[in-house]
Amino acid sequence: MNIDLRVIGEAFHQFLINIGLTSGQASLIDWIFGALILLVIFIVLAILLIWFERKLAGRVQDRLGPNRVGPFGLIQPIADTLKLFTKEDITPAGADRITFNLAPTLAVFSIVMAFAVIPFADKVIGTDINVGVVYLMAFASVSSMSLLMAGWASNNKYALLGGFRVVAQLMSYEIPMAFAMLLPVLLAGTMRMNGLVEAQGQFFGLGWNIWIMPAAFIIYLTTALAEGERAPFDLLEAESEIVAGYNIEYSGLKFAWFYLAFFMNTWVLSAVATTLFLGGWQGPFVSQVPALGVVYFLGKTIIMFVIFAWIRATFPRLRIDQMMSFCWKVLVPMVLVLFLLTAIILKLGLPTIAVWLLILLSNVAVFVIALWLLGKGLEKSKWASKRLFTPEIPRL
Amino acid sequence: MALQILFLIVAILTLGSAIGTVIARNLFHAALFLIGTFAGVAFFYVLLQAEFLAVSQVVVYIGAIATLIIFAIMLTRSVMGREAGALNQWAGIVAVASALIIAALIWLFTIVKFDVNPQPVPDDAIAQIGKGFVSTYVIPFEVVSILLLVALIGAIMLARERHQ
Repeated sequence: MNIDLRVIGEAFHQFLINIGLTSGQASLIDWIFGALILLVIFIVLAILLIWFERKLAGRVQDRLGPNRVGPFGLIQPIADTLKLFTKEDITPAGADRITFNLAPTLAVFSIVMAFAVIPFADKVIGTDINVGVVYLMAFASVSSMSLLMAGWASNNKYALLGGFRVVAQLMSYEIPMAFAMLLPVLLAGTMRMNGLVEAQGQFFGLGWNIWIMPAAFIIYLTTALAEGERAPFDLLEAESEIVAGYNIEYSGLKFAWFYLAFFMNTWVLSAVATTLFLGGWQGPFVSQVPALGVVYFLGKTIIMFVIFAWIRATFPRLRIDQMMSFCWKVLVPMVLVLFLLTAIILKLGLPTIAVWLLILLSNVAVFVIALWLLGKGLEKSKWASKRLFTPEIPRL
Repeated sequence: MALQILFLIVAILTLGSAIGTVIARNLFHAALFLIGTFAGVAFFYVLLQAEFLAVSQVVVYIGAIATLIIFAIMLTRSVMGREAGALNQWAGIVAVASALIIAALIWLFTIVKFDVNPQPVPDDAIAQIGKGFVSTYVIPFEVVSILLLVALIGAIMLARERHQ
């Protein structure tokens, strides 16, 4: 049985030509339908993921999670959405109206655009452009732009502080993230997302980049937590410090858009981790039955999503100076050294297995040395071992 | 045909936001219009099938430079920014100068024969760009990186806390 998802697209294209359209018009309708399907998947996934994460976080924190609406609380997100529909749409006085309304749209837009280059199965991909990885980074920067706009346009000092934190956090963590994403690119020699998955197909799963470059994977995971505004890096919306950050003035559906962008951002980050490090749609029997690729891809992405949700439900928030120095003093030097070592190893002209082993060795070495130096540094530094500010305790 | 229409729409949007950048009374709006202009230019690169240039344009100009400009505006102005007119006493002189520059450019474009010989974009365009950086254009590439390094060190020296 040879089920190939591309057959559906080709059949649809042929059907359009049969009812009397030219090939160009049929392609246009194909693209519009493809985009619509991706958009519908986007919304449905978001609703399911919100329920899933709330339930999971509840269980992790010894609570029940949503359990009132529908079986296992499954309809809770729909009820929440309906509630958001009925809420009053407030634009604060003195807000910059156009920028204020544009920001949530742009936030969702930038995440939806990332869906275009995610390979769900072999060649089941919106568009396999030859700059896939850089494309993802480009839309990540558009995303931080939209949060900055929201923070400024609200005319609220807490929102503005949230905006500042957006720039400080997202811009800083974009650098190690970009390098961590480029390490698999170095190894595969292509930036096509589908090509990157194909390159990991050797030796029954041992060719996955997570086995070859575990340190790069861990760096990607850490920076993805920061880029996805998740605990322990959720300083952009730290309730105890800046009330709610950039989205403080947003209500009703506009807030829902930010919420949607937040959840889908995590999903996109998990999907990218799957594509770059976990072999994407690769799995047993995928060359015989290409449709199985979707199952493998979604399964791995959900595992990544669970890890993100688990970390978010478990860890407390970092302090902002700790977060910034961790990025610039630990992650950036680490990933630069890794990048240099990997580039040198690839230029040695050794057989594949030797290259993989050397890259693995360099990854482990860099990781261990970084941890050792970090430990030494933390022993010495004052801010980690003692409180910076010791409150005076009145004597009785 | 469809591409021409697309080109015209984006060209109008790009030029519109370029004008908006200049005449916007609010500095933050000017920065947003600037982003619109950058996005329009990125779209032209896509139309020219230069995807790598397009995404670099977005990463560098929208992701880094525009954000830096906005950040500077947010840090130096009051929250909602001061409204300021776009024109001052130099407006007349600048108008004449830019009119002259535009006239010169139009004149140049009419007399220069462009060697338009469209060839299909090679599939490994990025690889060729990368090889160009480390072979033919290695000296300009290195000079630019040294320039950036100097700017980086200068910025750190300016921002450093001075310990007595």
